[in-house]
Amino acid sequence: MGRLSLRSVYLGLAAPVGALLFALLVCAAILGATGHPPLEVAEAMVGSLERPRTAANSLNSATTYYLSAVAVAIGFKMRLFNIGVDGQYRLAAMLAAALAGASFMDALPSVLRIAMTVGAAMLVGAVWAGIAGFLKVTRGVSEVISTIMLNAVATALVAFLLNPDRLAVTVAGSNNIGTPTITEGGRVPGFGYPGSSSDVFGLILLAAAVGVAYWFMLNRTRFGFDLKATGQSQSAAVASGVNVKRMVLASMLLSGAAAGLVGMPQLLGASYSYALDFPAGLGFTGIAIALLGRNHPVGMAFAALLWGGLDQTSNVLDLSGVPKEIVVIMQGVIVLSVVIAYELVRRYRLRLEQRDVGRALGTAPAAEEVRA
Amino acid sequence: MSASGLDVGSEQITAPPRQRRRMSPVVYLYIAVGALLVVSLVRVLTGAGNLTSSGTVSAALIAAVPIALAGLGGLWSERAGVINIGLEGMMVLGTWGAGFAGYQWGPWAGVLLGVALGALGGLIHAVATVTFGVDHIISGVAITLMAPGVTLFLAKLYFTDAPGGGQKQSPPIDDVAHVSVPGLPSLLDSIERKGWFFVSDLAGLLRGLTTDVSLLTLLAVVLFVVTAYVLWRTPFGLRLRSCGESPPAAESLGVNVYKYKYAAIVTSGALAGLGGAILAVASSQFRDGQTGGRGYIGLASMIFGNWRPGGVAAGASLFGYTDAMQLRGEEAVHALLLLLGVALIVLAVVQVRARRYVVAGVATVLGIAFVLWFLFTDQVPAELVSATPYVVTLLVLSLAAQRLRVPKWIGQPYRRGQGT
Repeated sequence: MGRLSLRSVYLGLAAPVGALLFALLVCAAILGATGHPPLEVAEAMVGSLERPRTAANSLNSATTYYLSAVAVAIGFKMRLFNIGVDGQYRLAAMLAAALAGASFMDALPSVLRIAMTVGAAMLVGAVWAGIAGFLKVTRGVSEVISTIMLNAVATALVAFLLNPDRLAVTVAGSNNIGTPTITEGGRVPGFGYPGSSSDVFGLILLAAAVGVAYWFMLNRTRFGFDLKATGQSQSAAVASGVNVKRMVLASMLLSGAAAGLVGMPQLLGASYSYALDFPAGLGFTGIAIALLGRNHPVGMAFAALLWGGLDQTSNVLDLSGVPKEIVVIMQGVIVLSVVIAYELVRRYRLRLEQRDVGRALGTAPAAEEVRA
Repeated sequence: MSASGLDVGSEQITAPPRQRRRMSPVVYLYIAVGALLVVSLVRVLTGAGNLTSSGTVSAALIAAVPIALAGLGGLWSERAGVINIGLEGMMVLGTWGAGFAGYQWGPWAGVLLGVALGALGGLIHAVATVTFGVDHIISGVAITLMAPGVTLFLAKLYFTDAPGGGQKQSPPIDDVAHVSVPGLPSLLDSIERKGWFFVSDLAGLLRGLTTDVSLLTLLAVVLFVVTAYVLWRTPFGLRLRSCGESPPAAESLGVNVYKYKYAAIVTSGALAGLGGAILAVASSQFRDGQTGGRGYIGLASMIFGNWRPGGVAAGASLFGYTDAMQLRGEEAVHALLLLLGVALIVLAVVQVRARRYVVAGVATVLGIAFVLWFLFTDQVPAELVSATPYVVTLLVLSLAAQRLRVPKWIGQPYRRGQGT
């Protein structure tokens, strides 16, 4: 490994950087073709990042996105596609918000309240993901389909429960409805950001802790080893004594528990209630970020920051008449081109390795053998 | 299982290779008549006339067509071995295409552009999955993520200043012509009004299917027939399906696997785009978020239909029916509970005869639960009804997954010459 390290670093960076450049080119072309000078758009976006408020909001978005990405990555590591993070976090956030806002919670000490809220969210997320895991190991139902279905069922359930007859109350002064507002003791205070009116989520620390825990689990525990082994070669994992069914269920539950956390920074740091306007679709953002960051705890952090920055700075674009969806297009192109780039790099690396082996053995492999 | 993913649990699918006779069309007819009998029984018991009224049936038909076309698109792609989670995104592209061309040059131009944009989405999926060997799920998710952004971007550019348009919606589109079978409607209408057991229900069903039918619906029906013919009765279809079963074998016989996969995925995208375009034309304009997950339901209806055109149509009709029921008032929705309960109990009886006692037990318990729910309540919250198609899909998957026959090579990447 030592000899190859420089090359593997450069190869590892080639894919994301190449994909980013490609996405920039595509978006510049689209902007140019629709009569918006690309450089001015880029300048406006970068300029807005210097505003403290935008920077703080970018950090906040990145916090949520990172949690979502970790939830997705736990499944991805063993080739389990948890498309259902979206439904899991919305249901979890909604029920946790109802619990945290309930009046009997007022009497409890603040730490306990927050712990109970977060714990409830993790539990709900795990249960909802567990349904898909259970169906997969007992009935052989593809988790892709079942989690997509469960997303829709979660949407219906949230709509059902978020009703003034049930868990919701009308938000004062608007026609919005939401769970009862969480009182002071149940909130997580944020960090002030110099010059910004909005705080940075206090639960950004939770995201960091989840990242560390994810790293520790993957690299320092038996479970993480089994997880990676199952993902890379199921037959090899089975041969070395891994119970794949149990791994599927366990990683689905873990993934769901992490998904339950996704809504927490927003809920306990800014909204204080789950209302109709609670951010949706974060689960899909998580998929994109996990792909871009290659399921790596640090890689995903950079990807989440990039995504958060893109989302927040795009808000200035609408003012200058450029549809801000150009950023969504850019994100989509990044995801698609980054997976293609990773695949190309993988093939290239395989070819290099085979050439190295051939050189070491003194025989150059014939062209047909060099095939990924 | 999904793209190169874990095949845990799927070992049961290959379990006992039961000798199964193909059911003759007569059996299907019996099943259809039996189902209608159950429905009309439930109608008479509950007095919910909307269960089989011609209005419900024609609303169900309108709701089913986009889902059916998405499912048909999924069928094309998956029969060639490529999972297409991007159907939803391709449908979204189709809705925008219909809005853009539809308001300027008429609905048929809109449909054409919708199909073209859907096919373009399919082409992207094909390039990623076939040429570059990217995981099918990942590519599909990326396309579904990107499509709403692209369409909203384009909508803001082209629809904001158009008359009657807005940032998130297109100007109105005219509808295509509707046709009826001459002479029938008035006759069927009078029978339907009598409220006779079974006969009136049949009349309502027929009237819904023969009166005021959009030409686009007919187009969809034709496409189902064409698909069934092309994929199962022509050398092209055999080769295409062989790419989904065993590409190395296909390649050894001289089939250009890449070419067939490209053809299948582009067709898949075109069909999903058509579904989106029909959705836009039927609701007279493009709106942001119009598809509302119908691409996913299409995928579900394909699984439900066991990767066969007739099954896709049946699944889509079921979903279209529950969709239509939501608009038909609480009485009808409440009757749906009894219907579901009875259907599950019937399923249980069938399963007992096939000696699958576990499945039968689960179905009985669920069926009784639904019947009790019906008996002890007066209405069903409307929010929960929207979950019906998804819950049904989950039930079908978990109760019948073993009987589904998935294309063998589904989801796995194939590189030219891999088998040698």
